[in-house]
Amino acid sequence: MRSDLACVALAFSFIAVPALADDAIKIGYIDPLSGGGASIGEVGLKTYQYLADEINASGGLLGKKVEIVAFDNKTNPQESLIQAQKAADQGIRIITQGNGSSVAAALSDWVTKHNERNPGKEIIYLNYAAVDPVLTNDKCSYWHFRWDANSDIKMAALTNFLEGRPNIKKVYLINQDYSFGQSVQKQARAMLSAKRPDIEIVGDELHPLLKVTDFSPYVAKIKASGADSVITGNWGQDIALLLKAAADAGLQTDWYTYYAGGAGGPTAVKQTGLAHRVFQITEGVPNSAPEASQKWETDFRAKEGVALFYPRAVNEMRMLAKAVDQAKSDDPKALAAQFEGMTAEGFDGGEITMRKEDHQLFQDMFISSFGPLDPGAKFDEEGTGWGWRKVGVVQANNTILPTSCKMERP
Amino acid sequence: MLQLIAFSTLNGVLYGMLLFMMASGLTLIFSMMGVLNFAHASFYMLGAYFGFELSRRIGFWPGIVLAPLMVGVIGAIVERFGLRRLHRRGHVSELLFTFGLAFVIEELVQMIWGKLPVDYRVPRELDFVAFRLFDTTYPAYRMFMLLISVVMFAALLALLTRTRVGLIIRAALTHPDMVAMLGHDVPRIFMLVFGAGAALAGLAGVIAGPALVTQPAMASLLGPILFVVIVVGGLGSLTGAFIASLLIGLIQTFAVAMNFSLAQTFGPHAPAFLSDLWQVTVAELAPVTPYLLLVLVLIFRPRGLMGTRES
Repeated sequence: MRSDLACVALAFSFIAVPALADDAIKIGYIDPLSGGGASIGEVGLKTYQYLADEINASGGLLGKKVEIVAFDNKTNPQESLIQAQKAADQGIRIITQGNGSSVAAALSDWVTKHNERNPGKEIIYLNYAAVDPVLTNDKCSYWHFRWDANSDIKMAALTNFLEGRPNIKKVYLINQDYSFGQSVQKQARAMLSAKRPDIEIVGDELHPLLKVTDFSPYVAKIKASGADSVITGNWGQDIALLLKAAADAGLQTDWYTYYAGGAGGPTAVKQTGLAHRVFQITEGVPNSAPEASQKWETDFRAKEGVALFYPRAVNEMRMLAKAVDQAKSDDPKALAAQFEGMTAEGFDGGEITMRKEDHQLFQDMFISSFGPLDPGAKFDEEGTGWGWRKVGVVQANNTILPTSCKMERP
Repeated sequence: MLQLIAFSTLNGVLYGMLLFMMASGLTLIFSMMGVLNFAHASFYMLGAYFGFELSRRIGFWPGIVLAPLMVGVIGAIVERFGLRRLHRRGHVSELLFTFGLAFVIEELVQMIWGKLPVDYRVPRELDFVAFRLFDTTYPAYRMFMLLISVVMFAALLALLTRTRVGLIIRAALTHPDMVAMLGHDVPRIFMLVFGAGAALAGLAGVIAGPALVTQPAMASLLGPILFVVIVVGGLGSLTGAFIASLLIGLIQTFAVAMNFSLAQTFGPHAPAFLSDLWQVTVAELAPVTPYLLLVLVLIFRPRGLMGTRES
């Protein structure tokens, strides 16, 4: 019996060895690389690899190389946990994820439990795009940090912009049927009725997440409702195909979106001919970015062949480098302490701050519209000859919303 | 309202006809060989990818002819060298074989064309507005899809009911031994039917590829609905498959258009244990309706709408 135990113990000690021998700072990228979310998961991966290459070209962090290890989660929460466990087994202690708040909630919960059970092997979770407000409110975690503005902040900015456009009378809401889509739906209703009670909501739709391949039935319904504007938080293929179906049906409405700039979106907007009638809210607009960032984006586009859809990924990696540098360590415990309250210069200008109470980053947010390039504008999208034009800014200090987060600190 | 009904009908019929192009092959194969071909939707996907590859090399029009032929040949090869060998071991191994094949095809497609959707475009000649109704436009390409599927349906019907080949196939459906006694090469008929069924699915893929999305998940998204179609229609019945395809196409499209929920009819206050269900609209249930239909049919009419046997 005793010798059996010894064997088992011996076996385990052998398993543990390779992880120690590795000498690189590994970042687990857990996002969809197949299925309906793959189109943007792939763009995200290219972005992180480019950012890692950039850090490595200038000597790495603490003399170690930064390596991005990709895990395909198929936008599925259960699959994500399997992948996260795989990452943990490989000794990866920094993970990053963005696509799907359902995934983010599962991961955040998993990381918290993992860290309680494995003191000394903590994992830190850097979220670059999952924007369900609950992640920095009721379900906040000490180990989770979010670089994108949460959905409520975005909706507040969009509805402020709507307030100044009196020609909008009838609004149609269409969103994905899961936590994030439902939160967009709820906030849009609440904020519209507070800011523009005269607006009539003529439709309120939820559709399955990343499963619809033909949006024509939905577009026929929008058309029949007589809406003059559509508000949607759709992302990935759900926004591209929705816009494509709208283009096919010749649907002439304004679009207030979170992610119309995602793969396939710009092409569909150009096809409909909706010049400067499709709006999106982001933390950066390439055509009005500071000069250094425009130069950076030019190089990025030349190498990767895609637009920088995630300026926040740049902010995340730059702040990670800063945290490692200041802590003189890549240990998640030290990094988490550094991130709390950290300020930095944002990729698109302005000061960005990671709020200590809930680990939500605050930054300037921009509303932009898509149409023929203005004279002097540098960047068009997907070879359409059309690009984004900045039409509104919300300063970082005007985006600050209260949080209900009661964080348990280790 | 009229506008919504008109366009929902058009979209529903189109979706139904696409389903039928695949279900027809599947149900023929099933009734002949007793094999429920899990890889059938994969042939649809192969058709779309071949169509994409050919359209960027030699153009869309040669592609629409060649791609289904290529898929048909692959189907015939699968039958000749895969299923025929397994036939002796019974249906379970055949079923498992097609099940595995579906995964293999999906992986192969991902290895060759990547995991991202490919840029399979509508041909320039068909990229215009077919007509304008109530201020909504309808793309010509969709009319073309509808036309192809109707022509295909007519051709299939004529082949099965008006020709000698059709006669033998129909005979082989019910009495394969007798057909063999009469000197026909039944295994060869099986191979041809399997190939033709695959080619039909391939054709559906070629024309659906540009309108829906050509991506590695397209087979697994559509596969389950196909089984619903053939079960609802009645296993082995072509007419049943046709009716069920249209039915499911229309039900799914019209369900999306409906905003009915329990809360609207019975007031906003739900019994406590039903609070979630109360707010759900029919539109949100649209993706589930085919499966609901499947369950109901299995309970109340296990042989399906037009089927003649119980299993």
